[in-house]
Amino acid sequence: MEAEKRLVSPYDFLTDMGFELFEKNQSLDSYVEAMNPDYLEDMGTNREMLRANYHAIHKKPEVDEKVKSILIKGGVNKDGEKEGFDILLKPGEIVSIVGPTGSGKSRLLADIEWLAQGDTPTGRHILINGVQPDEDKRYSMDEKLISQLSQNMNFVMDANVEEFIRMHAHSRNINESDLLIEKVMQWANDLAGEPFTKETPLTALSGGQSRALMIVDVAFLCQSPIILIDEIENAGIDRRQAMALLVSTEKIILIATHDPVLALMANRRLVIKNGAIDQIIECDEHEKRVLEDLEKMAEKMLSVRNALRMGNKITLKV
Amino acid sequence: MKWVRLITVSGPPSSGKTSIIEKTIQELKKKEIEIAVIKFDCLSTADEMIYEKKGIKTKLGLSGSLCPDHYFVNNIDACFQWGRQENVDILITESAGLCNRCSPHIKEVLSVCVIDNLSGYHTPKKIGPMLKFADIVVITKGDIVSQAEREVFAYNVKKVNPHAKILHINGITGQGAAQLSKLFEIAEDYDSLDEKKLRFTMPAALCSYCLGETMIGKDYHIGNVKNMNL
Repeated sequence: MEAEKRLVSPYDFLTDMGFELFEKNQSLDSYVEAMNPDYLEDMGTNREMLRANYHAIHKKPEVDEKVKSILIKGGVNKDGEKEGFDILLKPGEIVSIVGPTGSGKSRLLADIEWLAQGDTPTGRHILINGVQPDEDKRYSMDEKLISQLSQNMNFVMDANVEEFIRMHAHSRNINESDLLIEKVMQWANDLAGEPFTKETPLTALSGGQSRALMIVDVAFLCQSPIILIDEIENAGIDRRQAMALLVSTEKIILIATHDPVLALMANRRLVIKNGAIDQIIECDEHEKRVLEDLEKMAEKMLSVRNALRMGNKITLKV
Repeated sequence: MKWVRLITVSGPPSSGKTSIIEKTIQELKKKEIEIAVIKFDCLSTADEMIYEKKGIKTKLGLSGSLCPDHYFVNNIDACFQWGRQENVDILITESAGLCNRCSPHIKEVLSVCVIDNLSGYHTPKKIGPMLKFADIVVITKGDIVSQAEREVFAYNVKKVNPHAKILHINGITGQGAAQLSKLFEIAEDYDSLDEKKLRFTMPAALCSYCLGETMIGKDYHIGNVKNMNL
């Protein structure tokens, strides 16, 4: 995605913050110097802070190098026994994470998110492109490793679909062109099945539409190299197509799920037990055939669901 | 007597301050660090019970009809000395930012502002010194919104406070609290707050209504009065 420097004029910046200005086209310095200290105090800010704020909106996100691999170096389980696995994750791959509640799935994801360096309860280490990342990367919001598609099925933001996409693009310093909007709209509509427009308020989207928009948004607008999927509800979304889209954006996809279709789409399954990775299962030919079967069943469910929605009689053979 | 690390935690009502502090203390307690919390509020609160239930040493200060921020600054040095007498390593103050113009942060003293994803994406812009001049901004309730909403919200925080470390913490599960606890551990410690300065002036009022006036009308406006442009 092309990133273009967006310039905000000092006038627009200050009026957006609530300042009343009488002349346009001045430099930030001349505006700020002319401001009465009492007025600044009334606005709850000062000159130094205003300059820093103006600088901040023009700062490009610091994504300095592409993540080519993430290595999870094993730690210890809840009894202090060695984990014994080093796992290398590469872009374009799907890995599922399975295990009962409390087994340590969230802990593993938290270790990746926090770039653990032997300083979490598991003692794991996370290496990016083979090296230990800098300490300040941990607090950098632009370099978050994981984008999360959690279980929530609706938006809370008070904006319409187009405003939302623009706002998100803006926050990632991505050129919010009409082309981008069209692309997101088209993909999201394809995935959702039920059409919606750019003018639809986010909060009026159905569960399936919201989910579809969230997936497409993560694919095109999130810069994190890892996407964590915490169950994709079967809200009438084409999940195969959704996964294909995410894989095509060269991300590492982690799925924490026990949904059979989703879990089997992964090439590898990490089995978590007692706070550590206990086994790694590669998806073999037999499992792939099982997946095909399950997908056919899922397709049947979907077609009946759509027929019901359209008010048709169900003609499926049994 | 030990030197004490003081940490000021503030944030809008219901943003999750108490949960965040409690979860962070759970992390610190694993390392046998002595902690106490001073909770500032206006009329009443049950938060000190939450702390006590968890066995956390707590003092409560209710400002009543006074501006809670002024009440805070008039009591903070005594609270700090109380913490020293109690031999705590870390003293945390929790204050509710009720008018968004609150400014409880002290220069050189680690300051935290807690703000939640559900408060609306314009909210960071509306909050004054308590957010703009904090060292750490904790964003809560991320589990109820989408990735994009989280990113837009964090971006809006970054815009008004470019210097702060931003942490996402889940107040229910405590995910992320361990990171915050590490920052608490390395905060500066002091033996007194004498000669320390506030980071920003506090909200001011010095008018007839401060002194209990209840009548409305021009004749009763005395003191520091500001008129709207209508």
